[in-house]
Amino acid sequence: MNMIASIFLTFMKIGAFGFGGGLAMLPLIEQEIVHNKGWITLKELVDIIAIVEMTPGPIAVNSATFVGYKVGGFIGALAGSLGIVIVSFILMTILAKYFMKVKNMSQIKAIFRGIRPTIIALMLSAVISVGKTAITDFKDVAIAVIIFIALVKFKLNPILGIVLSGVLGLIMYGGLL
Amino acid sequence: MRDYRKMLAMFFSLVKIGTFTLGGGYAMIPLVQKEFVEKNKWIDNEEFLDIVALAQTVPGALIVNSSTYIGYRLFGFTGALVACLGSILPSIIIILIIAIFFDQIREFRMVESVFRGIRPAVVALILYAVYKLSSSIPRNILNMSWILISTISIVFLSINPIIIIAISGLLGYKLFKGAVLDEHDS
Repeated sequence: MNMIASIFLTFMKIGAFGFGGGLAMLPLIEQEIVHNKGWITLKELVDIIAIVEMTPGPIAVNSATFVGYKVGGFIGALAGSLGIVIVSFILMTILAKYFMKVKNMSQIKAIFRGIRPTIIALMLSAVISVGKTAITDFKDVAIAVIIFIALVKFKLNPILGIVLSGVLGLIMYGGLL
Repeated sequence: MRDYRKMLAMFFSLVKIGTFTLGGGYAMIPLVQKEFVEKNKWIDNEEFLDIVALAQTVPGALIVNSSTYIGYRLFGFTGALVACLGSILPSIIIILIIAIFFDQIREFRMVESVFRGIRPAVVALILYAVYKLSSSIPRNILNMSWILISTISIVFLSINPIIIIAISGLLGYKLFKGAVLDEHDS
């Protein structure tokens, strides 16, 4: 029971600061789940991100459900997914009720103008910390470069990018038979 | 009674979108627009765009935020609850099935090879998201140096990202409060 409450509260904290949605929450998930709680390893988190990107639905909710399941089974999955949405649910309901015109409030815009570059910094730090785990030899560098160029230059669909990298992994590291 | 049926229709619209849309929250927005604005005419296009803009200023998954707001707008608190659950229910079910399945197949060597290939691609995908997102902020010295300082603080000084977010919100408030905002921020 303590564990389930802990999963719920941890994802609530992540959800409360998860500006910018899914991928921007990654450093928060890494900090709380991998470093603070030690519930999963960074490598496991990277695998979860890969799966979640290929799965329908919002990345943030999917990650919370997956991590929640790994740590606390079925109830853990529910605790994770409810935890990650509870703060946004409350905030959006309050906004809808009292501040229909809040989008024009300059204070909110000012705050968000400060947070926006931070979201980019959060994702950059995810690139670095995930990179340290995911890229260990020259083959890995090659895969990352190929996929990045395919995404930017050839407008490759990210889901196809994951499929393609999986095929590259099979070819490079074997195990097909 | 009519309201009740309409609320159920909203719930299943969101479940349908959540079940079939790959690519995360941003990919789901156009489908919500089609279902809610064009097909069912529950809200008009202008309000829909306002809601999406507002939903981006609140932490959390964009699709969950937008759905919650629309649900409240249409049916009050119950509507918000129904919409929020509708937008996350398919994810929970699908991920649970995959998570159960994944634990059993990850031992195979083939699966490990596939994931060894995918892991570096995840790095490329996040970098690509950075690349796309960076076009949405003005490229001035203030933004660039803040990005650099925050990244270093998180990665090398191990400062909790939550602290960085809080500081940047506070700085934004101090610096830009009352400023006439350019089109970049609208």
